[in-house]
Amino acid sequence: MVDTVIHSELFLLTLTVGIFLLSGFIFRKTKFMLLHPVLLTAVAVIIFLKTANIDYSHYKQSVALLDFALGMSVVALGYLMYEQVERLKKATMPVVGATLAGCIVGIGLVVGIALMFGMERDIITSIAPKSVTVPIAIAVSEPLGGHVAVTSVVVFCTGVLGSICGPKLLALVGVNDPMARGFALGAASHGIGTARAIELGAVEGAMSGLAMALTGFGTAVLLPIVEKYLY
Amino acid sequence: MKGLFVILACWLVGNCLSIAINGYLSGNIIGMLLLFTLLCCGVVKGETVRGAAKFLLGTMALFFVPFGVGLIDSYGVIMENIWAIVVATLISTAGVIVAVGWVFQLLNRKGNG
Repeated sequence: MVDTVIHSELFLLTLTVGIFLLSGFIFRKTKFMLLHPVLLTAVAVIIFLKTANIDYSHYKQSVALLDFALGMSVVALGYLMYEQVERLKKATMPVVGATLAGCIVGIGLVVGIALMFGMERDIITSIAPKSVTVPIAIAVSEPLGGHVAVTSVVVFCTGVLGSICGPKLLALVGVNDPMARGFALGAASHGIGTARAIELGAVEGAMSGLAMALTGFGTAVLLPIVEKYLY
Repeated sequence: MKGLFVILACWLVGNCLSIAINGYLSGNIIGMLLLFTLLCCGVVKGETVRGAAKFLLGTMALFFVPFGVGLIDSYGVIMENIWAIVVATLISTAGVIVAVGWVFQLLNRKGNG
């Protein structure tokens, strides 16, 4: 009986949402950066799955609703951009310049460091699109021969890392323009960074969503070219 | 309800366009640009989608959890390359944040001043 319940979609979904709420509570209480709710929830779920002997493909299927909701929330970012449309109109140049900078620095640094470490080609391809949102990153790395599982974990970690350290790092290097802060978070840490940017403010959130879309687009266009000619 | 429909419809059309361009850009990103365009042209009113959009965006972080759990499956490959992956991720994430922040702020100041 217990086994049937534990393996059910409803239980795994409820568990995930429950742990996420609890993680959010712990994060707000402790304010300890490493206890980022997404990270904490993922670790707790991994421990649970290991203990209960449930494999990842079963879990992934059971919480397919979350995957679906992610797709919807990416679309919903269009609304966030619309709310900030007046600001956007005034900032065409910075948007274009920063998008280019983000794509080039992002792909360049990853590929450069990976080559220095003598990584295998398939691993480089798996981690190269790590700054863009999961659906795009996978859509980019898979046809080029990357490992989808590696891509999604690295993308996830980049997102958590950026949303934990991003705001502090930006303050440290003197970036205090709210639009620039939001744009940087979205460009480096896609949706997880955007979720963080929304907490900072509506301007940050909208810019982050826009940055995520544009860097996603830029990376999707650039990476196949880089893959072909550079490594 | 209407808001949910608009979001789903944008996504659906986005997916169709994505297939048409060989998946070069994913359907949800095209859907996002589509929703933005519809709102800007006034085809869809802001208040129609506000409720649904605010709910989705407020919960967005939760939806990433399954990807983190994926570590269970890719553990082996990642461990083989752990240092390179850690160094590359750390440096490039920080690099992108700083570069994008600086470039944006610099150009934004110039534009306004």
